[in-house]
Amino acid sequence: MALPNSEFKNGKNYMDQDTVSRRIKSRLRLNEIFKYVFLAGLVFALLVLSTLIYDVVSKGGGWVNLDFLQNFPSRRAGQAGLYPALIGTLWLMMLIVPMVFIVGVGAAIYLEEYAPRNRVTSFIEVNISNLAGVPSIVFGLLGLTFFVRTAGFGNSVLTGALTLGLMSLPIVIVASQEALRSVKMELRHASLALGASKWQTTFNVVLPSALPGIITGIILAVSRAIGETAPLIMIGAATFISTTPNNIFSDFTALPIQIYNWTSRPQAEFQNLAAAGIIVLMTVLITMNSAAIYIRNKYTNRH
Amino acid sequence: MSWMKKSALLASITSVALVGAACGNNEEGSGAAEGDALSGKVVMDGSSTVFPIMEAVAEEFSAEQPDVEVTVGVSGTGGGFKRFVTGETDFSNASREIKEEEAAEAEANGVEYTQLSVALDGLSIVVNPENDWAQDITIEELNKMWLDTNVKTWKDVRDEWPDEEITFFAPGKDSGTFDFFSEAVMDKEDIRQDAQLSEDDNVLVTGVAGTKGAIGFFGFAYYVENQDTIRAVQVDGVEPNHDTINDLSYPLSREIYTYVNNASLQDKPQVAAFARFMNENAAELSEEVGYVKMEDSRYDDNAALIDEQAGE
Repeated sequence: MALPNSEFKNGKNYMDQDTVSRRIKSRLRLNEIFKYVFLAGLVFALLVLSTLIYDVVSKGGGWVNLDFLQNFPSRRAGQAGLYPALIGTLWLMMLIVPMVFIVGVGAAIYLEEYAPRNRVTSFIEVNISNLAGVPSIVFGLLGLTFFVRTAGFGNSVLTGALTLGLMSLPIVIVASQEALRSVKMELRHASLALGASKWQTTFNVVLPSALPGIITGIILAVSRAIGETAPLIMIGAATFISTTPNNIFSDFTALPIQIYNWTSRPQAEFQNLAAAGIIVLMTVLITMNSAAIYIRNKYTNRH
Repeated sequence: MSWMKKSALLASITSVALVGAACGNNEEGSGAAEGDALSGKVVMDGSSTVFPIMEAVAEEFSAEQPDVEVTVGVSGTGGGFKRFVTGETDFSNASREIKEEEAAEAEANGVEYTQLSVALDGLSIVVNPENDWAQDITIEELNKMWLDTNVKTWKDVRDEWPDEEITFFAPGKDSGTFDFFSEAVMDKEDIRQDAQLSEDDNVLVTGVAGTKGAIGFFGFAYYVENQDTIRAVQVDGVEPNHDTINDLSYPLSREIYTYVNNASLQDKPQVAAFARFMNENAAELSEEVGYVKMEDSRYDDNAALIDEQAGE
C-alpha cells in the first residue's frame, strides 16, 4: 500500500502546502507544551516526595540502628525502639496478603468469568467501587462491632488483619477485574478449543496472564493498609505492649500507631524517633513491593 | 500454575487455619497465684495525656515481670471509659474524673472501680512570645474571651491591651484536657466556634508560635518543652511551674487519674501487682516524663485503696 506522503513526493498535492504545515506546526507546538506540562506534574510530585524523604532522613537517619529495631518503646528516647510495632506490622502483612489475594481475586474471577451480565452483577460492582471510597475509620468501626465484639476475636492481630483486609478488598477486586478483562479473548478461546474446561482455562491460562495487574492492585491496596492508624486504634490495638504476638489471637501494635504516638509527644527527641520509625516503615513497604514487583516481572516475561 | 505451587498454597492456608484453631483457647490465661513470677494480661486504655506515665510504668514493670503482657492503648479519656465500663479493660487512664453517665453505665454492667490519682498537670495558658502585654490573666477574663464571640481583639478583654486580633487554639473536644478547661474555666459551657481545634498538641504549639495574637491551652509538658517558641501567662497572678502545680496554688492544676476495675484487682494477681508497682513508682516516673508528682501522702492513700480491694 502506498503511503500518503509518497503522493506528496510525486508532486500531486491535494491540499495547500502552507496551510498544512502551519496546522502541523501549531499541533506540534501544543504537543511540546503538553509534554512540559506533564513533565512539570511529575517533577512537582517527585519534589514533594524528595522533600518529605529528605526531612525524614535528616531527622531520623541517625536514630535507625540495630538497638532501635530490637528494643521495646521507652520513656528515654535514647533507649526506645519499635520492635513490637515492627513485628506487629509484619504479622499484619503476612495475614493480609494471602487473605486479600484469595478472597479478592476469587471475587474478581467470579464477577468477570462466571457471573451473568445482569443488573444484580452491575449493582454489586458499583457497590464494590463505592466501598473503595469509604473512609478507613468506618472499617475500624465495622471491625470493632463485628470482629472484636460479635466474633469475639478481641483486639488481636487477626482482628487487625481482617479489618485492614476488608478495607483493601475493594481496590484488589477492582484492579483484578481490570486485569482479568485485559486478558485477550483469543487466549481463552484457544484453551477452550483444546478441550480445557472453564475452570482449567481460568486457572491455567487467564489467571497467570492477569497476575501482573492483580499484583499491582495488591501492592497498592496493602501498602495503603499497612500505613493506616485510625482503624487499628478503633479496634483497640495497643499503643504500648510488653510482648510480641506469638499467634493470631495475640494483642499487638503496629508501626503507624507507634509513629503517631511519638509525633504527639512534647519532647523533640521523640519527633526524631517518629522520623526514624517512618524510615523503617518505608523500608518494610519497599521490601514488600520489590518482592511483589519481582514476581510480577517473572509473570510478565512469561506471557 | 504447577501442582507444586498449588499444594504449597494449600499447605500454607491449612497451616494458618491450624495455628488459629490450636491457639484459640490460651488467650485467657490468668496469673499464677503463688510465687513471684506472674503471668497473664494487664489491659489499659484511655487518655493520651496519661500514656507517657503508664508507658514508663509498663516498661519498668516488664523488666520485673517479663511474662505479664501489658498493653496500653490511647483511645482518649472518653474512649477508654467506653471500654472500661463494659469490663473490657483492667485500667482506664483519664485526664478528668469519670462522668455521671459513664459511672451509671459501669453500675448497670456491674463494674465496680477504684479511682487512683497518679500525678499532677498544670493546664498552661500560652501566648506568642511577641505578645508583650498579657503577663497575667484572670479566670473571668479567660471565660469571657473563650465564650463571647464579640471579643475580637485583646483590647476587648482588657482596656490597656492593644488592638491585636485574637486567634484561639484548643485541644479537640474528645480530650480530657478540653473537658477540664470547660469545667474549670467555662462553667461547662462550650467554647467559641471559631477556635481552631487539634487532637495533636504539637499542632497547637506550632499555631501559637506562628501567630502574634494567638492564645491557646494544653498540658504543662508541652509548654516546658517549647519555652523558646511560646510563653505561659500567669493565671490569677500565679505562673505555672513545678512548685505551684505541686502545691496546687496554680489555679489550673489538675490531677490525672487511672481507674482500676475492682474485680480485676481481686481476681488477677498481675493487675494487683501492677497497681502497686505503679503507685510506688508513679511519683518518680511522672516527673521523668514531664509531669509533677503529688504529695507523698496521696500515694499512701492510693496504697490503702489498693489494699482494701486486693487484700494484703
